[in-house]
Amino acid sequence: MNELEHHSGDPYGAKDGKDLVSGITVFPMEEHVMRRADIDPKAATRAERQVATMFTLAILSVFAFVVSYVKIPNTKMIDVPILGAANANHVAIGLFFGLAILLIGVGAIHWAKKLMPDVEVIQERHALTSNDTEREAVASSFQRGKAESGFAERKLIRRTLLGAMALFPIPLIVMLRDLGPMPGTRLRETIWDKGIHLVTDVTYNKIKASDIPIGGLVNAVPENLLKIEEEDGNLNERGKASIILVRMDPAEIVSQQGEAWDYQGILAFSKICTHVGCPISLYQQRTHHLLCPCHQSTFDLSNSGNVVFGPAARRMPQLAITVDSEGYLIAQSGFKEPIGPSFWERG
Amino acid sequence: MSNLETSIATTGHEAPATKGGSVAGYIDDRLASSNFTKRLLDKVFPDHWSFMLGEIALYSFIILLLSGTYLTLWFNPSMTEVIYNGSYTPLKGIKMSEAYSSTLHISFDVRGGLLMRQIHHWAALFFVAAVSVHLLRVFFTGAFRKPREINWVIGTLLLVLAILEGFAGYSLPDDLLSGTGLRIAEGIVQAIPLLGTYVAMFLFGGEFPGTDFIPRLYSIHILLIPGILLGLVTVHLIMVFYQKHTQFPGPGRTESNVVGFRLFPIYMAKAGGFFFVVFGITTLIAALVTINPVWLYGPYTPSQVTAGSQPDWYIGWLDGAVRLTPNWETNILGHTISWNLLIPALVIPGIMFTALGLYPWIEAWATGDKREHHLLDRPRNVPTRTGLGVMSLVFYMILVISGGNDIIAVAFNLSINQITWTLRILLFVLPPLSFVLTKRACLGLQRRDNDKLLHGYETGQILRLPSGEFLEIHEPITDAEKAVILAKQDFAPLALESGEDANGVRNPKAAKSAARARLSAWFYSDTIPVPTDEELQHAAEHAAHELHEAQAQAKQIEGSSH
Ligand code: HEM
Ligand code: FES
Repeated sequence: MNELEHHSGDPYGAKDGKDLVSGITVFPMEEHVMRRADIDPKAATRAERQVATMFTLAILSVFAFVVSYVKIPNTKMIDVPILGAANANHVAIGLFFGLAILLIGVGAIHWAKKLMPDVEVIQERHALTSNDTEREAVASSFQRGKAESGFAERKLIRRTLLGAMALFPIPLIVMLRDLGPMPGTRLRETIWDKGIHLVTDVTYNKIKASDIPIGGLVNAVPENLLKIEEEDGNLNERGKASIILVRMDPAEIVSQQGEAWDYQGILAFSKICTHVGCPISLYQQRTHHLLCPCHQSTFDLSNSGNVVFGPAARRMPQLAITVDSEGYLIAQSGFKEPIGPSFWERG
Repeated sequence: MSNLETSIATTGHEAPATKGGSVAGYIDDRLASSNFTKRLLDKVFPDHWSFMLGEIALYSFIILLLSGTYLTLWFNPSMTEVIYNGSYTPLKGIKMSEAYSSTLHISFDVRGGLLMRQIHHWAALFFVAAVSVHLLRVFFTGAFRKPREINWVIGTLLLVLAILEGFAGYSLPDDLLSGTGLRIAEGIVQAIPLLGTYVAMFLFGGEFPGTDFIPRLYSIHILLIPGILLGLVTVHLIMVFYQKHTQFPGPGRTESNVVGFRLFPIYMAKAGGFFFVVFGITTLIAALVTINPVWLYGPYTPSQVTAGSQPDWYIGWLDGAVRLTPNWETNILGHTISWNLLIPALVIPGIMFTALGLYPWIEAWATGDKREHHLLDRPRNVPTRTGLGVMSLVFYMILVISGGNDIIAVAFNLSINQITWTLRILLFVLPPLSFVLTKRACLGLQRRDNDKLLHGYETGQILRLPSGEFLEIHEPITDAEKAVILAKQDFAPLALESGEDANGVRNPKAAKSAARARLSAWFYSDTIPVPTDEELQHAAEHAAHELHEAQAQAKQIEGSSH
């Protein structure tokens, strides 16, 4: 059973029934039990046929795959029981490809289990430590090299080398400088400014104050956003300037971030969560609570946008608004505090 | 001319009889590889289902490399805005990035594209899952002990990289969900004291979202991290190979041998076959079960979000930690420190992964154990370690659950507030509790093992004695079971170094040694020693005697009743 006689003379490396290393009791391995296929040639033939069948089915699956790939249009939808509608081409080629692979695997394992010997063998572990002579040889080679280099004695060389080595990564770091611009005041500014019209998000229509009912909510952006986005070719300003408008009975407004920042009960707040910047959209008109879907920070819009719950530390910045001569909503000024998540220099 | 001929004649080996032999011969003539190849072919691997977890991780990784290469052929990692004009009608005419539109193209216009995308995503989920469960198996069986600590550290790095790689991949398609994930990541980066704002600006080439980030992330996802992963996986496997695999205790298994099957042909057929099984199952799942249907989420825009959005499972714990942390933030001298982000996203993961990586040395320091271990521990036999493991797992699970607090709120009609507070409290209460309970359970199992050794197992056969008593016949357990139970090794805690040396001089190391001794005593505090050989023999004799008596008496009843 054991191919190696252990050097202790015992097949398991034990002495007097105890493991030489750990001292635990060692029991002999169990008697090997013959499998059907080991003793019955018919069982062996049957196992052989089973394995070959799986491999044959794998071959057929590849053919079926190719036919499905070519024949089934990529636009046809079918209903898969339980899982619902699916693209027929996708499902068919996936199934046949999957089967082709799986059957090879199952066949190989079946072959190993039924027909290859299932007698466990014992192999000796080799030591994972070198002997003392070898260790000393390494130490002396190292000493020789160290002496030959003069690394220890020639202080001047050693120190200048260490200095040079310590500094040489600096260019690698400096060269990352042009990855992006310096922060500057970017995180403090948005494109909102005095007199800019509020327009609906997506459709960019000016918003008449009288069109917003009490309890209503409108997603809005500054009217100049579209143009700026086209010029810049990115969504950066949208990520800062998006706001929401809500209207409540002015009597329900407990406080605001500034004197008369509302217009007849219409309040404008940044849409960007002060936690880590998710855009907020869930508004409960009864409680005037605004809930962030990312980590459930909740802001009370009737009370200066203060945090009432959740991980956000700062209130939702409010945008002071009024109307132009035709009754369309405009900004009184830009935001008075940075919108969005905190940053070190924010203060 | 004739010189050359002689030299050929003298150095050439005889032509080998078999085809395999001739290939081996060709290679050996160039590498002298026969010795190595022979050892390779004959190498013995122990067999246990839990050793397949690492294999699943490996195979999923290979599947990721294969399917990922396919995706690179069509995916376009660009944030340039285009108008979609592909065959998915609901999004026709909509402005989106090229990254997103090429993902739609792969999903709807490339035959087999959706299959490859779904294989890739499912394989990623399985990969991180397999790595994690593999880690648990290595932890709970003590496979990380000397000499395998280095492989444990490599494993920890692999886990961290696997999570990062998954997050990077998830972020590439630039759909509404992935963009939201990136937005959160960017907000967290901004929270880093001193450097955060700069790091965020440099990473994104300016403000979020910019147009640089996805192309940059792409090279990280397809080159940098997979390259490092591949290198580390290779070293990981070479180490397993060179140090030989551990084995569970059992008959014939000792610290100095490996019992199992040879690489060629059994292990090769089984492990090779298993690769195809993992690949095949992943493909079948990918064919039938939709994963990450980005077309339903729409393109990313920083002004929209979907409610109930969830990251992939392996990010859930981070998300949960962020949700649970109270809204602490301080302002000092015009500078903002966002504890509400630093603690859950940097401090907690930092501590978790550092403790994980260093665990082999922490335990070895506590136990003073410097020996090599090739026989695995049964988790019950090391109650303190098992308790610590379960405790960490419970901590992790509570974080994962917290990541779905909104879903739980909706499902059970509770307020987010109640749930969050409950979870905050549980996070501190449940882990210690589970530590204590696990230790108790381990000790209970140890006691049962000893019972089995001493009294055998109950056969269910009852003898009625003439006295009217009943006696259940106990059979001794098999040698195989004994081998497993008796493999438990009992260690004594480290002794305390005395506070003063022989001459009454204070030992400066005493304080440290006292701390260590206390830790050691704590680690070993509870264990139930396995019976000694004498006790076992005594118990065996006693049992034999009792049975003999009982049978003799029972026979008598039988005899007299006739
Ligand atoms: C890319 C991810 C990983 C891959 C592909 C991988 C693969 C493998 C494979 C195939 C084995 C041998 C079979 C087995 O014991 O299951 C193994 C063993 C091992 N792995 Fe991993 N692994 C990964 C991650 C990890 C992690 C996260 C840890 C722990 C932090 C770890 C620690 C170990 C150790 C200590 C061994 C030796 C186990 C023994 O000999 O009993 N590995 N790994
Ligand atoms: S981003 Fe709004 S709560 Fe986190």
